[in-house]
Amino acid sequence: MTGSAEGIGARVTRREDKRFITGKGRYTDDMAVAGMCHAAFVRSPHAHAKVSSLDADAARAMPGVIAVLTGEELAADGVGNLICGWMIHSKDGTPMKMGAWRALEHETVRHVGQAVAVVVAETRAQARDAADAVVVDYEALDAVVDSLDALKPDAPQIHPEAEGNLIYDWEIGDEAATEAAFASAAHVTKMEIRNNRLVPNPMEPRAALAHYEEADEHYTLWTTSQNPHVARLVLSAFYNIAPEHKLRVIAPDVGGGFGSKIYIYPEEMVCLWASKKTGVPVKWTSDRTEAFLTDAHGRDHHSEAEVALDADNKIVGLRVKTVANLGAYMSLFSSSVPTYLYATLLSGQYDIPAIHCNVKTVYTNTTPVDAYRGAGRPEATYLLERLMETTAREIGMDPAEFRRKNFIRSFPHQTPVIMCYDAGDYDASLDAALKAIDYDGFAARKAEAARRGKLRGIGLSCYIEACGIAPSQAVGSLGAGVGLWESAEVRVNPVGTIEVLTGSHSHGQGHETTFAQLVAERLGVGLDTVSIVHGDTDKVQFGMGTYGSRSGAVGMSAISKALDKVEAKAKKLAAHLMEASEGDITLEGGTFKVAGTDKELPFFQVALAAYTAHNMPEGMEPGLKEGAFYDPTNFTFPAGTYVCEVEVDPETGKTEVVDFVAADDFGTIINPMIVEGQVHGGLTQGIGQALLENAAYDADGQLLSASYMDYTMPRADDVPSYRLMTTVTECPGNPLGMKGCGEAGAIGSPPAVINAITDAIGTNALEMPATPANVWRALKSAQPAQAAE
Amino acid sequence: MANVTMTVNGKSVSKPAEGRTLLVDFLREGAGLTGTHVGCDTSQCGACVVHVNGKAVKSCTMLAAQADGAEVTTIEGLASGGELHPMQAAFREHHGLQCGFCTPGMIMAAVDMVNRLGAPLDEATIRAELEGNICRCTGYHNIVKAIAAASETMAGMKTAAE
Repeated sequence: MTGSAEGIGARVTRREDKRFITGKGRYTDDMAVAGMCHAAFVRSPHAHAKVSSLDADAARAMPGVIAVLTGEELAADGVGNLICGWMIHSKDGTPMKMGAWRALEHETVRHVGQAVAVVVAETRAQARDAADAVVVDYEALDAVVDSLDALKPDAPQIHPEAEGNLIYDWEIGDEAATEAAFASAAHVTKMEIRNNRLVPNPMEPRAALAHYEEADEHYTLWTTSQNPHVARLVLSAFYNIAPEHKLRVIAPDVGGGFGSKIYIYPEEMVCLWASKKTGVPVKWTSDRTEAFLTDAHGRDHHSEAEVALDADNKIVGLRVKTVANLGAYMSLFSSSVPTYLYATLLSGQYDIPAIHCNVKTVYTNTTPVDAYRGAGRPEATYLLERLMETTAREIGMDPAEFRRKNFIRSFPHQTPVIMCYDAGDYDASLDAALKAIDYDGFAARKAEAARRGKLRGIGLSCYIEACGIAPSQAVGSLGAGVGLWESAEVRVNPVGTIEVLTGSHSHGQGHETTFAQLVAERLGVGLDTVSIVHGDTDKVQFGMGTYGSRSGAVGMSAISKALDKVEAKAKKLAAHLMEASEGDITLEGGTFKVAGTDKELPFFQVALAAYTAHNMPEGMEPGLKEGAFYDPTNFTFPAGTYVCEVEVDPETGKTEVVDFVAADDFGTIINPMIVEGQVHGGLTQGIGQALLENAAYDADGQLLSASYMDYTMPRADDVPSYRLMTTVTECPGNPLGMKGCGEAGAIGSPPAVINAITDAIGTNALEMPATPANVWRALKSAQPAQAAE
Repeated sequence: MANVTMTVNGKSVSKPAEGRTLLVDFLREGAGLTGTHVGCDTSQCGACVVHVNGKAVKSCTMLAAQADGAEVTTIEGLASGGELHPMQAAFREHHGLQCGFCTPGMIMAAVDMVNRLGAPLDEATIRAELEGNICRCTGYHNIVKAIAAASETMAGMKTAAE
């Protein structure tokens, strides 16, 4: 490391910002190619129905219409069904039951908004008009939307492949040991816990521009993807669109993802197919209602959870039964979310000797559910931290002290649910958060609020998560269909400027800044001499993309490895040029020096010498360009403590978050400004889940909250300014000591909010979202009981 | 289709537009100014905010024909002579953006906020005034800081000009 004022730890402003603040960002819908036409989809208004007939004659005759294409044609052309890429086996050893998911359905539709046909027309308006003119006759079938209802014996059967709508019945942990722990317990706390269904809602709707060029038999797809190479792989290997070398996928500026842009959806596939079919470039941009109906949703768990304590209030066992709703079809990574991304985190920050968890996933007539910011870990954290708080209240122990009593303190720590925590200091983040919130002063604040007629409450959440989603061998053994490493290439140009090609993808995370900071740190060059290239399969070597807070811990580790190779070769060359021993060469502030002498060569001169190749060490190849693939040795384990204080108006049930403290341990931090921004955003999504957001279906499967008029997105006046701090234990599993910060806020905050509200209102019977109506009802239902006491 | 003519960022733009063409589509597709974004279809998100005759307008809620003859400023026209507007500079300085998609509308709404209400703006006012703009990335924390800081800068510039 040579150090740099713009290197690791520097709070530098973002290099990508200028184009965004001047309106020069280039998002998919901003793209145009000559002759471009527009797609509009014909969608099912029914949650469950047979398609009896489809009449597109009138639509085909409308102005500007190029074609109306149906599912029968798609199937006839051999386009493959959508797949789920993570195999889960039930506890009886049988594989998960994957129902067929066609990009255009011509027989049975299974959720409102499922596409049955596509119109291609010269303008967007013409395409929409014609889509409205396609006449589809449906024979409506009974629908089921709630996962518990879907498991009932008389529930409508959704897929022939999955009897009783059960996808898998999976378990983890030691059931017998957990039984024994409960049998000898001094105290058991049991809860039913619901995790509400959410819609990710990145502000940029999904979009695709597909261009088939017949002369080269080559496709280009501009699309809103978090992982363009994975998209290309799936489109090629599973959907038979084109071989990989004949398909270029470009994810340009992408306006947020939060998981929902990991997957390859029907619309992107259909645009590619339609472009070849019609001979024109085809663009589709989702409107917001389509986004609500077709972007993969998140969460939606029903759980029963119970914890067993010994006489000393130490946890001896945890037992969980969860039913997870995966919607109408199995989305790309949906099967892994309520299993390996959920139940493996149920030990939290606590030393729990015995855990058993059973997870059943079910089909319903709702939009498919997959990873959304946190993906499984928010569900685990919400369950465990609600249970911890409730248990502390039941046994009459301070919730902070109850947690502290059960903290893990020695590392590595093997939990009973696969994960082996590598490093952490949970006391440190708890102490920091309690000090910042002035935990001891809460009673006085509560009394002061009471004088104003407000109910004040305080709630904690001590979260842990697993980031990086790796190593490949481990995830492969658990059923993943892909490896989860990352790639990088560092190209030093003859003039000494540097391009870093990364398989990670930035859609708000600021990689163009932080990745360049790593190069500045390592090579001592200025940020303005480094550019970060990502998001284009023709430019960048195969990479796995950005999700699971992995771009730092995995993506930057790959860059670091490539930089190691660049530095090693450049040092060897510098030694040769300065006629010194390689062992005496140091790289300081962008200059190679010979220890103990005044000989030095700037980095750019060594780069130039590598390309002129006039004077190279024997056997050294010309050039200075190195690549690396990095596969981690373990997940990383960010952790921290969040404390929320709320005031509830007992007259209206309205909750105000009056203070929120977050103490996070993310390991090494590259740019504190960007990390804080990630936490702010995550906290707001978590507070949104806790207070505002809910994807609500009626009994017939109509999504009632399918617009911003009905689905409450957090707005500026719904959330407070946050107070953030970090404690640091470095991650021993990667060269930079990084853990990841993208999801923590969304994972840790919901239980802190609900614990605070239930503390304020004095009843635990409250589910998310804690809307004024829900809080008011909880207050009212608790009052008779309180009066009787 | 009748021609619709307006002045956009100081230049006259005249294009045929259907009666139902929204101002945002006229700007994006007619004038080729793709900095103004569409994030919803219910006039909730504010990604499409532009200034029409000096006032903030959600351009998804106005027909292009209604803006015939108007002076329109989009995010592309906010910086002058290569110099960022103080609001643009403050969003960068305070990390008030992440994915950048809501940013043009946020900045245009924020400039209008300061124009209407003056400076300094306190946090509660800024948060209440941002009711019509949704951001999914930043949690608003740094947007609020950016607008507060820019309001001071803009007030200083106004005082200096007087």
